[in-house]
Amino acid sequence: MPAAATLPRLPLPKDRAQQLSSLVDGLDAVSLWWLSGYAAGLASKVPLPATAGPEARAVAEPTSAARLTIVYGSQTGNCKRVAEDLAHAAEHEGLVGVRLARADAYPVRELAQERLLVVVISTQGDGDPPDDSRGFLEFLAGRKAPRLAELSYAVLGLGDSSYPQFCLTGRNLDARLAELGGRRLLDFGEADLDFETVVEPWSGRALASARELLQARSPAGVDNVTPLRPRADAIAWSAANPFHAEVVAHQRITSDASAKDVRHLEIDLSGAGLDYEPGDSLGVVAQNPMPLVDAMLDTLHLDGATSVGFKGSTRPLHEWLVAHREITRLSRPFLVALAALSHAAALERLLEPEGADALRRLMDTAQPLDLLERHRAEWTGEALVAALRPLAPRLYSIASSRAAVDDEVHLTVAHVEYRNAAGEPRWGAASHWLATHAEGDELLVYLERNERFRLPADADRDVVMVGPGTGVAPFRAFVQQRAAAGAAGRNWLFFGNPHFRDDFLYQLEWQAALRAGSLARLDLAFSRDQADKVYVQQRLREHGRDVYAWLENGAHFYVCGATGMARDVEAALRDIVIEYGGRTPEAADEYLATLRDQHRYARDVY
Amino acid sequence: MGKPSEIERIKAASRHLRGTLLESLADPVTGALAVDDVQLLKFHGGYQQDDRDVREARRRAKLEPEYFFFLRLRLPGGVLTPPQWLAMDDTARRFGGSGLRLTSRQTIQVHRIRKTDLRDAVQMIHASGLDTIAACGDDNRNVVACVNPLLSHVHAQIYDQAQALSLHLRPQSRAWFETWMGEPPTDGAEPEPLLGDAYMPRKFKHGFAVPPYNDIDVYSQDVGFVAIIENDGLAGYDVLVGGGMGASHGNARTYPRMASLIGFITPDQVTALSEAALTIQRDHGDRSDRTHARFKYTVDDKGLDWIKAEIERRAGFTLAPAREFHFTQRGDRFGWSEGEDRRWHLNLRIPFGRLHDHDGATRQTGMRRIAELLAAQAPDAQIRVTTNQNALVAGVPAALKDAIDAIAAEHDLALHRTATPMGLNIMACVAFPTCGLAMAESERWMPVFVPKLQALMDRHGLHDEPIDVRVSGCPNGCSRPYLAEIALIGKAPGRYNLMLGGDHRGQRMNTLYRENIDEDTIFAALDELLGHFAVGRKAKERIGDFMVRTGVVVPPEPRKELA
Repeated sequence: MPAAATLPRLPLPKDRAQQLSSLVDGLDAVSLWWLSGYAAGLASKVPLPATAGPEARAVAEPTSAARLTIVYGSQTGNCKRVAEDLAHAAEHEGLVGVRLARADAYPVRELAQERLLVVVISTQGDGDPPDDSRGFLEFLAGRKAPRLAELSYAVLGLGDSSYPQFCLTGRNLDARLAELGGRRLLDFGEADLDFETVVEPWSGRALASARELLQARSPAGVDNVTPLRPRADAIAWSAANPFHAEVVAHQRITSDASAKDVRHLEIDLSGAGLDYEPGDSLGVVAQNPMPLVDAMLDTLHLDGATSVGFKGSTRPLHEWLVAHREITRLSRPFLVALAALSHAAALERLLEPEGADALRRLMDTAQPLDLLERHRAEWTGEALVAALRPLAPRLYSIASSRAAVDDEVHLTVAHVEYRNAAGEPRWGAASHWLATHAEGDELLVYLERNERFRLPADADRDVVMVGPGTGVAPFRAFVQQRAAAGAAGRNWLFFGNPHFRDDFLYQLEWQAALRAGSLARLDLAFSRDQADKVYVQQRLREHGRDVYAWLENGAHFYVCGATGMARDVEAALRDIVIEYGGRTPEAADEYLATLRDQHRYARDVY
Repeated sequence: MGKPSEIERIKAASRHLRGTLLESLADPVTGALAVDDVQLLKFHGGYQQDDRDVREARRRAKLEPEYFFFLRLRLPGGVLTPPQWLAMDDTARRFGGSGLRLTSRQTIQVHRIRKTDLRDAVQMIHASGLDTIAACGDDNRNVVACVNPLLSHVHAQIYDQAQALSLHLRPQSRAWFETWMGEPPTDGAEPEPLLGDAYMPRKFKHGFAVPPYNDIDVYSQDVGFVAIIENDGLAGYDVLVGGGMGASHGNARTYPRMASLIGFITPDQVTALSEAALTIQRDHGDRSDRTHARFKYTVDDKGLDWIKAEIERRAGFTLAPAREFHFTQRGDRFGWSEGEDRRWHLNLRIPFGRLHDHDGATRQTGMRRIAELLAAQAPDAQIRVTTNQNALVAGVPAALKDAIDAIAAEHDLALHRTATPMGLNIMACVAFPTCGLAMAESERWMPVFVPKLQALMDRHGLHDEPIDVRVSGCPNGCSRPYLAEIALIGKAPGRYNLMLGGDHRGQRMNTLYRENIDEDTIFAALDELLGHFAVGRKAKERIGDFMVRTGVVVPPEPRKELA
């Protein structure tokens, strides 16, 4: 059989494709393998265009074409039984590769590769899906649902016909699969309370069709070509030339009762060639909150439409403030300019050497607008633009691994939103920018590599990860990556936040990782769930003996999050080395320095 | 019989109810228990629940459901001392999240307790001399008994009998003490002679009624005892077996069943009779299909004659012929009444059993103040929970009546002075957002439902008509809906089955009238029915009887009882 016939969607012109076909025709496996390596070598010397690369998806599971997948969504257990019976019967009849999965355990990313799918799903009351299927159905209904041109499927619905929306869940699913390009193997089956009468003949027909289809695809027809993943570093997306990416999911991941507003964003990078690795950051080109820009113009009695020129650029003042100047973070040059214009003695004192501590406090707690309101002065547009720093993009530690999310990148964003002492709203520029971008909106992003924050090259090494709050983001990527790679090393995570109930970021995912073994240990510090506040560094000390044993065993140690926390964690780590390593303080410092030199102690702090 | 159900496996493997509860309680990653332990916790008197209102939002936020627990007391006869009431109130305030709930099986539940607080809550309860052992689960449930306030000496006798029976049938396992009270863990080798190593196939319920009151709905019990009072003394009990309320929508193998009368026993024969009935169900109950695992199905499957003979064989005596008894009412006797011992009793209406200070309501505090007053000035008084989810302040010296009335008035606990008969007697189960079985709203719907129903009744000149109305969020029947004159049984959010024609004394079940209808349709149907009733009733005829007489519903033929 000509190999070309099995290559999906050739990126070659037609005449070249024919040449290729005649070239490979009749070659044995050894020759074909040699040829693939030869082509890969040639490819590595040629830069890849920014878009429209060849098929660069993860490798298709070779067995998907020869497999029958049965997914069920069940509330009371009836659908589960029906699905189990069907799977059992299929295996009994000698069908190979029968896979049975509850809807919430089915890896939806594999849908695109399915060829043969049977779904058994119930409808609760008046049209509700069973609880275990909500995620599955949401995925299918959403914009992330893949095209299913290769899929043959059949849906069996169970329900209670005394409700007006009898079997609605199943019927909708059946229609949706067709809409996505799937081919109906069998008409939608709908079964009432006496479901056995429908289920038996339907299952029989489903099995017969499945058998026919699977036999038509001989094992030789299985696609076992491994498309080489192109290295895409050649594409230089940057802050100045960012990639336009679509937000495909945006979800608050703290409870409604939480004082913290943390968002999980999923961003589609298809076509960007942004081949990031766990530990890298995503640069986000953000704009300032419009209400702050308007308030600043109001406060200074300036007209946003006024044309302002600075360092060779001329644009309306409003545009300068929205997209080109830092208006949510204080800087020393700005304070100097404000002090000069306002003659405020208090400001001038802050800028003296003895005011350093007070200045730091002020810079941590106030924004430029707060000071412009406090210290009135006559400003021109030019003076303002000159005094404010250029708006810098913000970097977010990437919270996903490509091995798990393919062409997406995930971020964990703490939305900074508060009221100042005067009760006026204030925001962090980038987090607010992200928080106000919904599914379907576009973001400007680029990749910022962080070679110092990398998983051990040796997959057998253990890792200890300390990531309270949104500092947990890169460790989600780490655990995803190590799980996908089947790394043998153990993963130990320390996480903390104010409340267990409200602020346990990615709780369901960590629980699943613990069950799957991709997380070996998870220690938690919820600071405000008891009278005495507990933080991650305390948990670290409590488990000091084990932490030290892991380090002695070659573990890598990572910290991500706020600077102050990282300092406290380092103090705890030093004490652990002193106590359990029997070292002097100086020797402990050396120990940590050696870890750093060996790239076994890495921090990503902000 | 088929393969034993999953729950049977869990029970049998639990080392007498220990499972991995200790590990589950210590796991900081989840607010829930391990799956098997959730089942075992029931035998310890606890239920794992979650706030279903926020379940979906939390799942999308990648957070587990908002798990919490309720604890239920083993409280035979529903009797608490004033200090015990205060201990329960403390437990609710310190560890719970929604006050106290008085249940339709005469006990108290504290809801919304976090996993991390469970042990402290149980210990606080135990320190007051109470426990939660076997308050839920496949075991002998809380033994209910008539609170009849007038015949004080009979009540005392029956209460003692209920108390003794509850203790006798309690699991012998030390698991509860090891899990909650810090007893050193053991391997669970202690014998469980009565309940067996796999415990009961399903819950098992005992109740004691004292005619003319059928407050406990004796026909809904697995084993019911009807006190026969002769010459002002307790002669013995008529025995009924095989009652039960639960059913599943669309499952013809399941149905509510009224208990059948099988004969008369003397008070000293109660324990032997109960043991016999319970062990028959232990040995012959359906352990493969949990919807079919109650004693009532065994009674029907084996036949009443066989059951009676087997009870006699196991108990070692023959039942005497049943004696005559008469029920006149089922609802509570609200307000003050004077007992034969010259003590006073105040039956308070607690709507839907809920005592929770919030949104301006202060009934929980009101009951607390009454308990404080009693604790200080009448320590031998009691607070009893009735099977209608109300509270009876019992054994009050006349001198304290005014003070208690004043507290009741201040905290909106004097509904017996203002509410209509329908409003005083309506029952509704808990349902959303905490009950895992709920299909439709129940208790939370009542603030809308009750005034609307009352307005309809008023329109038809039925303002003071006593109508027994019961609402249930699912067909399992915690509010005993199948015995009401009018019942609504939840099928889906906003949709119910409308059942009509029960007997107001609890001696005839109602019948399905309209299936799966929404609120507007329910009220339209009730409007029409009340209209017909107002015009066509005979003097003093109750609405349940009217509906049967006029053929609005046709109840099934009564089952043949033993001769």
